[in-house]
Amino acid sequence: MSLLEIEDLSLSIGKAPILRDVDLRLDAGEVLGLVGESGSGKSMTALTIMQLLPHAARATGRVTFDGIDILAAPEAAMNRLRGDDIGMVFQEPMTALNPLKTIGEQVAEGIRWHRGSNRADAEREARRMLDRVGLPEAQFPLSRYPHELSGGQRQRVVIAIACALRPKLLIADEPTTALDVVLQKQILELLQGLVREDRMGLLLISHDLAVVAEMADRVAIMRAGEVLDTGETARTLSEQRHPYTRQLAMASVHVPERPAHRPHGTAPLLELRGVTRDYPLRRRSLFGPAGTFRAVDGVSFTLAAGQSKALVGRSGCGKSTLARMILALDAPTAGEIVFEGQDLARLGTAGMKAARRHMQVVFQDPYGSFDPRHRVERLVAEPLHLAEKRPGRAEQRDMVAHALHEVGLSPSDMDKYPHEFSGGQRQRLSIARAIITRPKLIVADEPVSALDVSIRAQILDLFADLNRRLGLAYLFITHDLTVARAITDEVIVMHEGRFVEEGETAVVLERPRSDAAKALVAAAPDLSRAIAQRLAEAG
Amino acid sequence: MSLSAEALETQAFWRTAARSPSFVIGALLSALVVLAALLSFVWTPYDYAAQDIPNKLQGLSAAHWRDVFSQVLVGARTSISVALVAVGLGVGVGVPLGLLAAALRGSLIDEIVMRGNDLIFAFPALLLAILITSVFGPGAINAIIAIGIFNIPVFARLSRAAALSLWTREFILAARAAGKGAARISVEHILPNILNLLIVQGTIQFSLGILAEAALAYVGLGAQPPVPSWGKMLADAQTLVALAPHLAIVPGLAIIATVLGLNLLGDGLRDVLDPRLRRER
Repeated sequence: MSLLEIEDLSLSIGKAPILRDVDLRLDAGEVLGLVGESGSGKSMTALTIMQLLPHAARATGRVTFDGIDILAAPEAAMNRLRGDDIGMVFQEPMTALNPLKTIGEQVAEGIRWHRGSNRADAEREARRMLDRVGLPEAQFPLSRYPHELSGGQRQRVVIAIACALRPKLLIADEPTTALDVVLQKQILELLQGLVREDRMGLLLISHDLAVVAEMADRVAIMRAGEVLDTGETARTLSEQRHPYTRQLAMASVHVPERPAHRPHGTAPLLELRGVTRDYPLRRRSLFGPAGTFRAVDGVSFTLAAGQSKALVGRSGCGKSTLARMILALDAPTAGEIVFEGQDLARLGTAGMKAARRHMQVVFQDPYGSFDPRHRVERLVAEPLHLAEKRPGRAEQRDMVAHALHEVGLSPSDMDKYPHEFSGGQRQRLSIARAIITRPKLIVADEPVSALDVSIRAQILDLFADLNRRLGLAYLFITHDLTVARAITDEVIVMHEGRFVEEGETAVVLERPRSDAAKALVAAAPDLSRAIAQRLAEAG
Repeated sequence: MSLSAEALETQAFWRTAARSPSFVIGALLSALVVLAALLSFVWTPYDYAAQDIPNKLQGLSAAHWRDVFSQVLVGARTSISVALVAVGLGVGVGVPLGLLAAALRGSLIDEIVMRGNDLIFAFPALLLAILITSVFGPGAINAIIAIGIFNIPVFARLSRAAALSLWTREFILAARAAGKGAARISVEHILPNILNLLIVQGTIQFSLGILAEAALAYVGLGAQPPVPSWGKMLADAQTLVALAPHLAIVPGLAIIATVLGLNLLGDGLRDVLDPRLRRER
């Protein structure tokens, strides 16, 4: 008998059906990858196993964990299971820890609750667990608080909490989505090690086929609440018998068609000379000098009109700070940023308006980048405020309609509110807002990392298409090398505020020279490489 | 489909409003109270200031109810105007100050505004009221000023805190990238998004305003006799509550109806104004 068996599980919340006839099986020591796009029901399946469903939810079918019928188990029995025999790791390490408690208390909490051990024993156990997840006592005593740790370290604490009682089943819901690729690799290796040593069953939920291909023994592919395809990982992903499996696999390696960029002999569109940005640190003592943190350290580069460049690096390397300075949302401490031949720092109000008109931005989060209280017409028209002559009502509607058409939305969407759109559609709205002033440069900060693979492929196509038709230059800020590979001519690798490597995208990503670039390339999950490796292992 | 955006907006507003029970009930109750106050200008069953000492403690009966009713009608004028204007003062001064402080966070102006607020908060309210009345003499207007001043820091702090968290959001960054200045962003993006908080706080401050007026009237610093206010009616009835309970119950019910009505209206308004909670078309 398997550790976890789900048979004919159906779930509805209110009147909306969420899951339909889900069948899954997981053995001890096995990793099952649950793949699907947002809204496919992966997280709801996990919450059903934990019995942490929202109130109006009704589940039918059978869920058996270790011989216990979960759907029939009373709340008290579930409380004993949760955190003891079933552990869970969440997506967002920033919010999964209580900021007011030390990491020691948080790891020990479950041990004291479930085992009834005294504080000293629980803390000894917590210490041992933190050592196992790679947080040694010397740097990470139990008395540390979550805000003193980085994102990757916090996720290690979350894993320590989940695994402290050696659960039989570990559920990890997008455990690395919020982390950069290098941290992702470390966390995945940590999970793999724990699973092997403790013979846990791991249910790994992810939207990323490449991650699942590297980690899972078997995969289940979900769409709209149904399991469409399931089987051994390498076979399922290489044979791609189900059309949806093929569709997902194609989308995750999608590269839009793009003519190579031919640089013109003209002056560069954007030029950075020795740009530096310091942030003041909190004073250590009342009278000592306030220290500074150098987020960006003397970087220089040029971007030609119509060129597409990627700025890649790990989180915290200074790439977003640099983007904000280019957009004149933040001023450099030293150095100059020259856009269309003019130094941004020396522009007056009128000159800045003209510069802003030619340079627009697309943000990462398609949910946060629109004022929820305005209609699309007003949102997309916002940059028109920069126009030399503000268009009239009818003209503005025409321009918005045109911009919406350019990004593949319908002009009738103008009267809707942002919450009426899906994530991918909102990212199209973002792009529509960015192109309405006919800019020459678009700075895109992780524009597709919050999107599902198939939507992401469409948005990349859209970027490529606009580049071709409107001659837009792009600066893509990303930690995701597949994006850089798909859509840029040149790439700059940034590490701790400095540029460590730059050159043609294909060259840099195939044969990285610097350590930072090598680390990024090695850590980036790669679907075909992972499948090949699995097939080779199987012989 | 040739409606302008504004017309669409109005249409959607009323359609959702009509479907929101709390909005409808709250609006009806509030309208009733306002009507009662207006009615008192043209008609009351009795002269509210007339005295009839021998019959003053008679219980409610078919023959004897209109004197309390007259007072409640006229009292509505005082109570509502004092509370409303005081809230208006708090919102009118406090919200712009809060938005300004948030837009210039960390600057000297932010510091001055917020420390000024702390000063008002730290100052005993009753003392200030006594100060004002000893300079200008007692009366409803001065009660308004005293209560209003104490509403300012409430709204300034609330709007600053709410605005600060909005300033870090990407849509504000997008507006800045579109070249909009801090003042424009505050009015166009920040204000509509903190409106729901302000509405809820406003209804709370309104109820507190009615009670504060009662407290001031009780110590003789509010509306002066013979002008009645609900708070004063309650205070006067206090010593007679065992003999003639209706003297306390009737104005009490009036206060409850008003506060309830406004709270419901505020709740309803908050939901109706939020496009995410609207189900249109």
